[in-house]
Amino acid sequence: MAIVYERSRGLTETEMHFCPGCTHGVIHKLVAEVLEELDIIGSTIGVASVGCSAFAYNYFACDMQQAAHGRAPAVATGIKRVHPHLAVFTYQGDGDLAAIGTAEIVHAAMRGEKITAIFANNAIYGMTGGQMAPTTLLGQKSTTSPQGRQKEMHGSPIRMAEMLATLDGCVYTERVMVADPASIAKAKRAIKKAFTLQLSGAGFTMVELLSTCPTNWGLSPVEAVGWLKENLVPCYPLGVYADKAEQKEATR
Amino acid sequence: MAKELWKGNEAVAEAAIRAGCRFFFGYPITPQNEIPEYFSRHMPEHDGVFLQAESEVAAINMAYGAAGCGARVMTSSSSPGISLKQEGISYMAGAELPVVIVNMMRGGPGLGSIAPAQSDYFQATRGGGNGDYRTVVLAPATIQEMTDLTQEAFDIADIYRIPVLIVADGMIGQMMEAVEWKQPKPRKLPKKSWATDGTKGKREHNIISSLFIDPKDCTLHNHRLQQKHDLITQHEIRFEEYLTDDAEILFVAYGTTARICQAAVLRLREAGVKAGVFRPISLWPFPEKELYDCANRAGVKAVLCAEMSMGQMIDDVKIALGGSKSVHFFGTGGGTCPTPAELTKAAQDALEGV
Ligand SMILES: Cc1ncc(C[n+]2csc(CCOP(=O)(O)OP(=O)(O)O)c2C)c(N)n1
Ligand code: SF4
Ligand SMILES: [Mg+2]
Repeated sequence: MAIVYERSRGLTETEMHFCPGCTHGVIHKLVAEVLEELDIIGSTIGVASVGCSAFAYNYFACDMQQAAHGRAPAVATGIKRVHPHLAVFTYQGDGDLAAIGTAEIVHAAMRGEKITAIFANNAIYGMTGGQMAPTTLLGQKSTTSPQGRQKEMHGSPIRMAEMLATLDGCVYTERVMVADPASIAKAKRAIKKAFTLQLSGAGFTMVELLSTCPTNWGLSPVEAVGWLKENLVPCYPLGVYADKAEQKEATR
Repeated sequence: MAKELWKGNEAVAEAAIRAGCRFFFGYPITPQNEIPEYFSRHMPEHDGVFLQAESEVAAINMAYGAAGCGARVMTSSSSPGISLKQEGISYMAGAELPVVIVNMMRGGPGLGSIAPAQSDYFQATRGGGNGDYRTVVLAPATIQEMTDLTQEAFDIADIYRIPVLIVADGMIGQMMEAVEWKQPKPRKLPKKSWATDGTKGKREHNIISSLFIDPKDCTLHNHRLQQKHDLITQHEIRFEEYLTDDAEILFVAYGTTARICQAAVLRLREAGVKAGVFRPISLWPFPEKELYDCANRAGVKAVLCAEMSMGQMIDDVKIALGGSKSVHFFGTGGGTCPTPAELTKAAQDALEGV
């Protein structure tokens, strides 16, 4: 019998703990497949953050470090400076990357740190039970914005792919979603491009992936995917925000 | 070897380089700026990395990442910056990562002053971060001792996989003294087979983590850490006694204060008062038994703890003495050093009170 699909070698056999329908699992799979396709499982060090993906260190087959909340880009910096020839990535949620860890991600990007940030934006604090994140949409209810997020009170959603793209050291940011086969394939291409650019020494790279949290959105897995497309995408437009490696090519 | 004149902050950085440290992450703060500045000048000569981080929080986490790769790594700061590093220190203690952290203490609390102080004793020895953990804390009194202890600090960190703090103060950081660079006694260091340096497809993945979500696992982890702490307490206690043999008044002091106590001891002896100094060098593990034995020798009439704080190490002194001797105290807070005259008077008062 021919094998048509199998688990990526970039993943361990540990069973994942994610809720049914949560797309963290999909993102893990994509990163693992990219590591395998680039043949860098043995020469990659990943950094897990704090959030629902905290246990990423159990799931990825490469060497892993677990970082304090928000500090993954600093930890990744320390790793990359010791091992400049290995691939280094962080896997961070939106609370981790865009709230408590804003300084660390901005300065890693500013330094042009040759790492790849895998940024799973689900517009909520998943792990702690659905509190408001800086990425929560205006009007979106959460356990700490029960009336819905209000602009006057909480400000407006933060767009990290756009923000980091303004920094010279940041050579590539793209926002993708993991909502259907076509968008998932596109997301994988973005991840692969980010790792490839990192390995070429171009600079800091980040892929922002709009991801679902059916549990805290109070939706079924299928509804969650629909909600993502209808609500998250208009606020967080998909696309490439920085591609400075290509610009360099073009101006040559 | 010939003696050279070195400034404390530069000497500790040079000692780290000589000890094989090739990664330093820091953030400017007075009175320790010469440490990152020295590394920035000299790391390139050794193919090492100096990186100025965006904050002390980032610096300690960069150290976490580098230490997790098995590198010898140092970070330094002064009191307010060390406060910011506490999260990272707790994580490194939990993940059992070797690192050497220098604190050139200044007056506090808050922004305090930039003058020498010893008011971070609690933070250093009790742990300013969360959880049950210990860090080895070494407190040199001279620049020579600081350079010797730096090599020791890296070895202890590697042997036990534990953060080691070198605590001095603005005085030791800023002054210049003669230093003789000694050939360190080589200690047997364990292989860092736990480090993340890429599996190369040849082994299971290594994981650096302080997360043990199952409380049973976390309990086991804590017990293991405690065993390690016990081992360190057995093997790594350091202290020095100065003219204690016949002392009737015993100063207990560390670092800069201990030196000023020595000056007071000489004055007291000139006046016919037999005084001595017991100087803990390792603040954790604290030389409890050694202090008890010293303070309970026949001649000792009074014990006087002196600190550049309002009274922190005195808690450990009292624990060590277990009520066997009453403990007097002289402290200066906020960034002023005691004078030999003040300490002499405090000793005389303590003896009169007996
Ligand atoms: C210093 C610190 N503050 C708060 C927490 C609690 N905490 C754990 S996960 C989390 C939010 C994670 O949200 P996000 O990064 O969006 O990840 P998600 O779970 O949504 O994937 C918080 C606040 C913590 N572990 N450490
Ligand atoms: S809480 Fe949300 S983000 Fe976390 S695993 Fe469940 S669905 Fe995924
Ligand atoms: Mg989230």
